[in-house]
Amino acid sequence: MNLTFSAEERAFEKEVRDYIAESLTPEMKRATALTPSVFSDPDIGMAWQRALHKKGWGAPGWPVDHGGPDWTPAQRWIFEAECARAGVPNVNVMGVKMVGPVIIGFGSPEQKNFYLPRILSGEDYWCQGYSEPGSGSDLSSLKTRAVRDGDDYIINGTKIWTTHAHHANRMFALVRTNEGERQQDGISFILIDMKTPGITTRPILTIGGDHEVNQVFFDDVRVPVANRVGEEGKGWTYGKYLLEFERGSGIASAKLREALKTISDLAGSEVTGRAIEDPDIAIRMSEVEVDIDALEMTELRVLSALQTGQNPGAVSSLIKLRVSEIRQAVTRLGVDVIGQDGLAVEPARPFYRLNHEPAIPEELLPVVPEYLNGRAYTIFGGSSEIQRDIIAKMVLGL
Amino acid sequence: MDLTLSDEQRLLRESADRFVAETFTSEHRKKAANDPLGYSPAIWKQFAELGWLALPISEAHGGLGGGAIEIGLLMEAFGRGLVSEPFLSTVVIGAALVAECGTEAQQQVILPKVAEGALTLAFAHSERAARFDLGHVDTTATKTVDGWLLSGSKIAVLDGASANQIIVSARVANANGASGKLCLFLVPAGAPGLTLRDYARLGGGRGCNLDLRDLQLPADALLGDGQDVLPAIETVVDRAMAALGAEAVGIMQTLLDTTLEYTKIRKQFGRPLSANQVIRHRLADVAMQVDEARSMALRAALMANAEPVARSRAASGAKAKIGKCARFVAEQAVQLHGAMGVTEELDIGAYFKRLLAFDTLFGGSAHHYRRHAALSGRAHA
Repeated sequence: MNLTFSAEERAFEKEVRDYIAESLTPEMKRATALTPSVFSDPDIGMAWQRALHKKGWGAPGWPVDHGGPDWTPAQRWIFEAECARAGVPNVNVMGVKMVGPVIIGFGSPEQKNFYLPRILSGEDYWCQGYSEPGSGSDLSSLKTRAVRDGDDYIINGTKIWTTHAHHANRMFALVRTNEGERQQDGISFILIDMKTPGITTRPILTIGGDHEVNQVFFDDVRVPVANRVGEEGKGWTYGKYLLEFERGSGIASAKLREALKTISDLAGSEVTGRAIEDPDIAIRMSEVEVDIDALEMTELRVLSALQTGQNPGAVSSLIKLRVSEIRQAVTRLGVDVIGQDGLAVEPARPFYRLNHEPAIPEELLPVVPEYLNGRAYTIFGGSSEIQRDIIAKMVLGL
Repeated sequence: MDLTLSDEQRLLRESADRFVAETFTSEHRKKAANDPLGYSPAIWKQFAELGWLALPISEAHGGLGGGAIEIGLLMEAFGRGLVSEPFLSTVVIGAALVAECGTEAQQQVILPKVAEGALTLAFAHSERAARFDLGHVDTTATKTVDGWLLSGSKIAVLDGASANQIIVSARVANANGASGKLCLFLVPAGAPGLTLRDYARLGGGRGCNLDLRDLQLPADALLGDGQDVLPAIETVVDRAMAALGAEAVGIMQTLLDTTLEYTKIRKQFGRPLSANQVIRHRLADVAMQVDEARSMALRAALMANAEPVARSRAASGAKAKIGKCARFVAEQAVQLHGAMGVTEELDIGAYFKRLLAFDTLFGGSAHHYRRHAALSGRAHA
């Protein structure tokens, strides 16, 4: 057992570090640091996606014949860790990490040929049509209907919490094509062009003041049957496959460590009146750091199992739960570190393109919005309560 | 980067798990609880035959040259069976102090005997006024014409009464009387001037407090050549905390397994306890904390030979985090067993108490979060 990487892996680490150093512009870095929502806006995010694609690193998890770089689990770890350390933009995952793997796994050859290159290049920008106003954690109760009419489906209903629907040109959605015995039956997985007549989008501001999510309405929206992925009525299976990606995809510890470092640097600086000298802040900082150490070790245990071809087991729910809680702990600490400067609300967005001088130092602007928006971490992608249900059932066999 | 066990390590784990499951039964534990020695010399002999006492000792001194990972595998198995044999005192701490501080001649004499199971050791370091500060030692050692004179008091000496030799820390008085270097002395059991108040230790095994009143020792009782040993003590205690962390993981895993079984069997209001979401979610939290503790124990073991600050940060981080998890897991295990969990009729209480002992040994969670913060350069922590 050891924690050290091989000479080849070290060389790869240097290659990644060097490429990031030459491609990541100061503008991208600053914009990322000043973005208090989950994902970077597309101008920033897609610029980075294009830079990665140019190098052949646009889709680390994809098989090599679809444009993946054919990395080992250790290489993926190193790549993610270097990206986190450098503070690269948070590319919206809906394309590369969410719909991409479903199309690769279950799509037709035509779908693969058409969509995958456009995801890699950033030409298409995707959003996810899963949740509905009446279907949150109980996702399979969804009611948006797709009724067959010749070679088309006619879709009526509404989707909500749709991240970046206002930027996206495509949506992958779960829609009801049949009434099955169980509510999971009769759901299909459909790819929708957002410019199709009958689609309207309503912005939803989160409590941090950011426009990241939306509600999308479908009013007799005509979508070709050819846009269905896989079999009719099997959408739940594909959607669940994708949710596993959403839960387990990450190597989250490196990013959390950087987020803590940002707060720690603020706490050590005059800009917060050296908050670190408050022993309560100092100790909570250590508590969070130790929690990140534990998470990192768990992620490495999973990585090591994957490296040797073993099944890491049902740990993705454990990881999702801890990641969301630790993220919130970091943002909570941030609010306490900046103290009374947290009172200043800056409603304009984005913070990196304000046309006025903000009332508080620029680097403090995202701290409170990050905490407020971050309450969603334990809610989206299956709330913490759902994760505990899953752990009880899948890990503990209850 | 490889966290898989080697074939030898897998065999070690399997044999330890099997031996512990067969030997350290509930009945054995009840008998051992009333044993004035606190452990079984016959079992100790078997530990020696299995090679476990030789595990971390260098090959040059009759050992197997194993490391923190192997120690962790054994300790986790020991935790599952609440083993009370003086493995930590003799092998993990005592032999390691001799290896870190002793002269070559002292190592040649002591270490092979430990490996063979012919010598048990204890470490007398903590003092009441020190709390958990490893550098705070008021016990004094004064140089005499032909040796040393030790005076002071020690607490929480694990397995002190049964040890053949006790390693006692003391400050060597300077000529001007000011406190000088921290040194270690080998004190044979029953030495005149040594008063020992033996007690049954919380969670199994024995412990004692010591009084040293003008205890006379020969010149060669000094372990090593008189260098200050605080860095060595910190090294050994950091590694001991990693080992204890692994033991705590074994204890917590057993509590989780036992509690899971119980909530499936126990019926109230016509259904098993485990059918209730509040119970299921609580168990999910318990499982998660056991897993986090597992990661931290492994991390501390993997960092056992890192440079001192990194090693100590990993050890304190692990001790703090595992301590916090241990208290939660132990309290929930009792809670979910209902009133039966508060009785001596189940084993739950014994595991609970061992975890409580784990948390306080070498300093509790709060102390180690403070130490971690201080080592991380967070001012005033």
